[in-house]
Amino acid sequence: MENLKVTLPGMVLQNPIMPASGTFGFGFDFVDYYDINILGSIMTKAITQHPRYGNAVPRIAEVTSGMLNAIGLQNLGVEEAVNAIFPRLPSIYRHKVIANVSGSTVEEYVAVIKALNKVDQIGAYEINISCPNIKEGGMAFSVDETMASYVTKACKAVSEKPIYVKLSPNVTDIVKIAKAVEAAGADAITLINTLLGMRIDVKTRKPVLNNIYGGLSGPAIKPVALKMVYQVYRNVSIPIIGMGGIMTKEDVVEFMMAGASAVAIGTGNLVDPMICHTIVHELESYISSLGFEKIEALVGVAHG
Amino acid sequence: MIKRLSVKNHETIAKDTFALVLKGAPPHKPGQFINITVPGEHFLRRPFSIADQEDDEILVIYKVFGSGTQALSEVKIGETLDCLTCLGNGFGMTKHKHVYLIGGGVGIPPLYYLAKALKKHAIDVTMVLGFNTEADCFLIEAFETLGTVIVATLDGSRGIQGTVLEGLKDHTVNYYYAVGPNPMLKALTSIYKDGEVSLEERMGCGFGACMGCSIKTKHEPKRVCKEGPVFKVEELVWKT
Repeated sequence: MENLKVTLPGMVLQNPIMPASGTFGFGFDFVDYYDINILGSIMTKAITQHPRYGNAVPRIAEVTSGMLNAIGLQNLGVEEAVNAIFPRLPSIYRHKVIANVSGSTVEEYVAVIKALNKVDQIGAYEINISCPNIKEGGMAFSVDETMASYVTKACKAVSEKPIYVKLSPNVTDIVKIAKAVEAAGADAITLINTLLGMRIDVKTRKPVLNNIYGGLSGPAIKPVALKMVYQVYRNVSIPIIGMGGIMTKEDVVEFMMAGASAVAIGTGNLVDPMICHTIVHELESYISSLGFEKIEALVGVAHG
Repeated sequence: MIKRLSVKNHETIAKDTFALVLKGAPPHKPGQFINITVPGEHFLRRPFSIADQEDDEILVIYKVFGSGTQALSEVKIGETLDCLTCLGNGFGMTKHKHVYLIGGGVGIPPLYYLAKALKKHAIDVTMVLGFNTEADCFLIEAFETLGTVIVATLDGSRGIQGTVLEGLKDHTVNYYYAVGPNPMLKALTSIYKDGEVSLEERMGCGFGACMGCSIKTKHEPKRVCKEGPVFKVEELVWKT
């Protein structure tokens, strides 16, 4: 397994595979399926300052090669996370995790980070400035360079851990946003969040999702995600965590060749709870068959 | 658990309604469900209640509603299906000596497995089953071996004309278990306060990971797939 080791700012991962935020909770729903200690890290479910129920159901719709979701950042709030969830986490997972920090205002991101700083098991923060499903803000921060820069600086100023900023694909030029958060002090970039989409029920003649719009994820978005990782890699020097429709070991290798230092698997966990486990076990022999001994050697090779 | 279950039997039992027997299943409690990967280009799994279990064989009764259930209906005996098993909480047992099992349409199947379990605990059951028309009716003869069955159809083509509410007229319901469409459950729970209902909701994963099926309850949000699908009547808050 030594050959699968990757390094991210503030963290050394035994392998580059982690579940993406919002598809894995904090891991408790997966321990019936496998020992989650084999994961490189875990990107936790979003944490906001106060508890959120999220959007009304239906929040899920199937599409060709993927799904739409409009969960709306349901979570118990940072106080409950610190007092009730993180204390139980070492019993199921012993490595560092990446805490997903979400909010509707800059003050909220700052408050969540301040409250989480004391949690030792958090190795870094993933700043979610790209959730498409909350009306009050979220994605607004990641579609504007000035706002993206502002929230990154504010988080960086109070954070005692590295800051990874999660970008939205719902933009005209992802490179501009990536450069803005790099300049603002981001330690890494994670991308992509979901693409906005919708479905209509022809029988009821209404949108399927109660929220009308939702985030598209799954294999349907993989080519878009891969292209954005490739593009951003050419233009920034901080590490990238790539995600978007990864379902197989081949997908992992594609993302790393495009420039990702590590990857996250999201929607795949929902249809195959064993997916991360399966890929971790297949990865070393697969990269070996491609002529690579150490997985870190894959990063960016597609750029020649 | 993830299991590959083999199709032992698969037949039509009513209009657009199929009975599927799957072999190789671990033990399920009445009210639990499985989440099946259906053939073809369907990305998400489809959740189905367990209508009965004997040893490692489970019975799933479903109605064809869309392309996913259509694809499932074409699965042949001997094929295997990838399933997440033993999902959800299941029904609770009761201290009452007699209970009502109230079902509407394709909500009815899990009540059969429940009725058998209740009988084993020496609890008497009265079934009140609602369908659209006689052509939609299924499982009635099987239920009749377990207790009194009252059938209601919307068009009156079999049994009482009307909904399960008409079927319950003149009955004193002390405790009940209900499964069916939300309007039926909402109406029932507004009248009868002591019981358990099993809810349906669109699910992403079926095992608690995606929060897609979270509903508000009296105290906190709960996932239909994980903390449910069975809820006590007093927990529920219905959207207006």
